Amino acid sequence: MSVRQGLLAVLELGPNYGYQLRAEFESRTGGTWPLNIGQVYTTLDRLERDGLARRGDETPEGQVLYEITNAGRAEADAWLSRPVVRERAGRDELAIKLALAVTLPGVDVPALIQAQRTATLGALQDLTRLKMADERDLAWELVLESMIFQLEAEARWLDHTEARLARIRDGRDPRPAAPPAAASVPAEREATR
Amino acid sequence: MSDAPLLKLDGVSVQYGSGPTAVTALSGVDLEVRRGELVAVMGSSGSGKSTLLTVAGGLVRPTSGEVVVDGQWLSTLRPGQLATLRRRHLGFVFQDYNLVPALTAIENVALPLELDGWKASRARRAARDALSTVELAEQAHRFPDDLSGGQQQRVAIARAVVGGRSLILADEPTGALDSTTGEVVLRMLRGRVDHGAAGILVTHDARHAAWADRIVFLRDGRIVDESAYRGVETMAGSRA
Repeated sequence: MSVRQGLLAVLELGPNYGYQLRAEFESRTGGTWPLNIGQVYTTLDRLERDGLARRGDETPEGQVLYEITNAGRAEADAWLSRPVVRERAGRDELAIKLALAVTLPGVDVPALIQAQRTATLGALQDLTRLKMADERDLAWELVLESMIFQLEAEARWLDHTEARLARIRDGRDPRPAAPPAAASVPAEREATR
Repeated sequence: MSDAPLLKLDGVSVQYGSGPTAVTALSGVDLEVRRGELVAVMGSSGSGKSTLLTVAGGLVRPTSGEVVVDGQWLSTLRPGQLATLRRRHLGFVFQDYNLVPALTAIENVALPLELDGWKASRARRAARDALSTVELAEQAHRFPDDLSGGQQQRVAIARAVVGGRSLILADEPTGALDSTTGEVVLRMLRGRVDHGAAGILVTHDARHAAWADRIVFLRDGRIVDESAYRGVETMAGSRA
């Protein structure tokens, strides 16, 4: 998601000046995505350039109120109704670290997994404490729960990886994967390329 | 949190069978749990999680090592004394609730007290108080079949803490519940611990283990790691 679409969605509620828009955005996302004001004004300039927002009246204090255009409203609605497609899947540092670790000699992969799981669970405990002391702020709780479920998924993936490596170590893997090193590509497959 | 542990496992090992077919379920486990503390136990299937709970609850005697509950060494107790200690100090919470279907919620909660010789009226009062702590006073006269899974598990938690019982041993208590209901149950369990009980929560679910103060990992019957709540800044940002 870009900040642009989020700010546009907030502008649907009515005209806002920059600081007001930032405050609305942050309160509606549980304060988990702090924006700097320069970023907000740069985004508003671009929305104006693209015909999605325009400058309206000024407040008595001289702050320019930005309002959404019909095109902007259409773009915001389209964004809200469109599923999020996660691009660049797999660029996860942990996944890449483990993928490399299993190919490198001398790396204690079980210890690496255990250390990561301890860290992941520590982070889960921290977030769960925040949830226990919740202030019944729905936006905040939703973002918090999203983080909690992502960490849970990471912990489950670590469990799965640990179990899979143990099966391979013990010769119990029902579907052994080919060794990852390039030198292990079978000769006949290499010949067909 | 008081200094003396309510539960102490000191070098506990459990071996099933003997000779070449012997299976070591626990090996040299040290663990202390104090009042106000919830400890989660995690590990893969067969890691010894459930054995740890049954040893802590005096249902299985360790092959070696010692279990101490509220200052009493379990190895020194005769079977009758051990049963009394279990009734007075320990409460079990299981995945499948284990309520008596022919008894109402309040009768289920009062049951361990009545078995311990309490007068029925006094046991009922204590049971009603315990049900109130899990916000189920209004369902006191319903039978388990008339309660949802989450409500039944809350009755089980009330039964685990009724009459001053203070050590809750929970084995996958949210295993049969959906995500939201499971969380209500964990909140209740956490609440009882925060009010002076102590608990062990066996779970394979990291999200549920995170409700604990400490998380210990078992592998092949040994504690291999421990994660404690740090109470520091979090990835959730400045809101904390």
